[in-house]
Amino acid sequence: MLDTSDIRKGTKVQFDGVPFEVTYFQFVKPGKGQAFTRTKLRNMITGNVIERTFKSGEKLEKADMEEREMQYLYPEDNFYVFMDTKSYEQLRLTAEQLAENRYYLSDNLMCSVLLFNEKPIGVTPPNFVEFEIVETEPGFKGDTSGGTTKPAKTITGLEIQVPLFIEQGELVRIDTRSGEYAERVKK
Amino acid sequence: MRTPLSGLTALAHGAEVRVAGRIVAQTDQAALLRDASGIARLSLSAPMMLNALTTVRGTWNGVAIEVASFELVQAALVEPRELTELARHDNLKQRRLVQRAAILRSVRGFFDARDFVEVETPLVVPSPGLDVHLDALEVTTTQGARYLSTSPEYQMKRLLAGGLERIYQVGKCFRNDEVGERHQPEFTMLEWYRAFDDVASVMSDTEQLVAHVATSLGGEATLQTALGPVDVTPPWPRISVREAFARFAKVDVSTLVHDEERFYRTMVEQVEPALADFGALFLCDYPVSMASLARKKPGDPTVAERFEAYVAGVELCNGFGELTCPREQRERLLADQRERKLRGLPVYPIDEQFMRALEEGIPPSGGNALGLDRLVMLALGARHIEDVLAIPASRL
Repeated sequence: MLDTSDIRKGTKVQFDGVPFEVTYFQFVKPGKGQAFTRTKLRNMITGNVIERTFKSGEKLEKADMEEREMQYLYPEDNFYVFMDTKSYEQLRLTAEQLAENRYYLSDNLMCSVLLFNEKPIGVTPPNFVEFEIVETEPGFKGDTSGGTTKPAKTITGLEIQVPLFIEQGELVRIDTRSGEYAERVKK
Repeated sequence: MRTPLSGLTALAHGAEVRVAGRIVAQTDQAALLRDASGIARLSLSAPMMLNALTTVRGTWNGVAIEVASFELVQAALVEPRELTELARHDNLKQRRLVQRAAILRSVRGFFDARDFVEVETPLVVPSPGLDVHLDALEVTTTQGARYLSTSPEYQMKRLLAGGLERIYQVGKCFRNDEVGERHQPEFTMLEWYRAFDDVASVMSDTEQLVAHVATSLGGEATLQTALGPVDVTPPWPRISVREAFARFAKVDVSTLVHDEERFYRTMVEQVEPALADFGALFLCDYPVSMASLARKKPGDPTVAERFEAYVAGVELCNGFGELTCPREQRERLLADQRERKLRGLPVYPIDEQFMRALEEGIPPSGGNALGLDRLVMLALGARHIEDVLAIPASRL
């Protein structure tokens, strides 16, 4: 069982046998009143989003899901193919099921594939992945306006903000939970 | 004399300069130096150390500083995380901290011009307040258990008994376990009291203060909030809790007053979201069961002289026509203690110095407690309270 204080973006809960993922949560406490957690929950089967408000301390049922370590193999049509490295069983997920996590995939990356009732419904990449920056402004072209980050694109098409000193061709570590630059990787 | 980097463009070409800051980028021939005022390009003859604090002497050529000599003051042994925090998104956090300081000056200017005395009362107190929805932080002292103040109310009211008539305070309050977009376990409260005056005057102070802050920032009485511009020109609409519940939740609030959870759930799910569309307004006349430390409204004992201001849906403050009757105050505190015990919460002591002040006599007074961080959020268009704090709790 989970408590409202365990709610984070990405927490998976279930009601009436349906799994939901928390896509938004807000701690609210009207003046002199009791606290609630306001949430938006995405139905992990249909993709529909509902709103629910929980009283602080209320118990929630954790979604009964299986997470299986699987290796990402390759894209195929509109699917992404993953393999269980022990049983060699393969599973296919759609781009919609992967959502932004598809930007974090690289050949042979070990991911955690989420199964609900034995059907794959999503993928969690490792917390950190490393990618080459293929597009970013070189150095600093006379820009003295300030600011120490600049936009950059990874080889997979993910757009992130990186510090000024990151050059094209460099490797960076990205936090897949926030989608933000974490640090430079020395080659 | 060190030249701030923002001042370089005003210099004549060929001017000798001394500058200092951190090297935030570098290549073989050039580097970028950053100080609090801006960034400048350096033309190098020898490589510099990335991220190091560096002082530079050279010549300004209109585009860059041609470096004559430089001195490494301190190398960065790790990536400059503190700098990134303040500098990302075009120095957003740094600019917000500068504006926050300006807002604070504007707030003080507002009260000083109205003959309020700024006071500072203790943060470590014998009773943190008995409100059942507040969880205090306990500290151990040689005198035994003390608490970090959840509100300066008790101490400020003692000053009213002492004869001060207009007082305000800007200080920290501590509330355990409150973390969210608009909550921090340690936050800044602006609290003020007017003796021999009433709740209407304090509501008027509130709308004028917010308009004053908006004007001092942008020249007109409009706050550029995260939800768009909000006109805060006084007077703001006043809407009673009864009216708000009828209009936005289609429910008679008198049917909810004895079911606290339903009252607040309706508030959170239906009333507060609807208020976001109304710019700036006052919600007033709370049911007497939610009176807290407000007195009953003369002429209508079913409601209390309690109000809250909402701006762009953000609850900004909580004000009262103050309860000054020592007997009724003690009854409410004892009831709170019983309720805390019933719910298995720590039962904090009654602040007897505060009670004694009430027994000495506190003039009829109005008071208000306003979340300063939230005012800054609204004024600067920030969505998250952390965006306007120098160091939020999450970065400790």
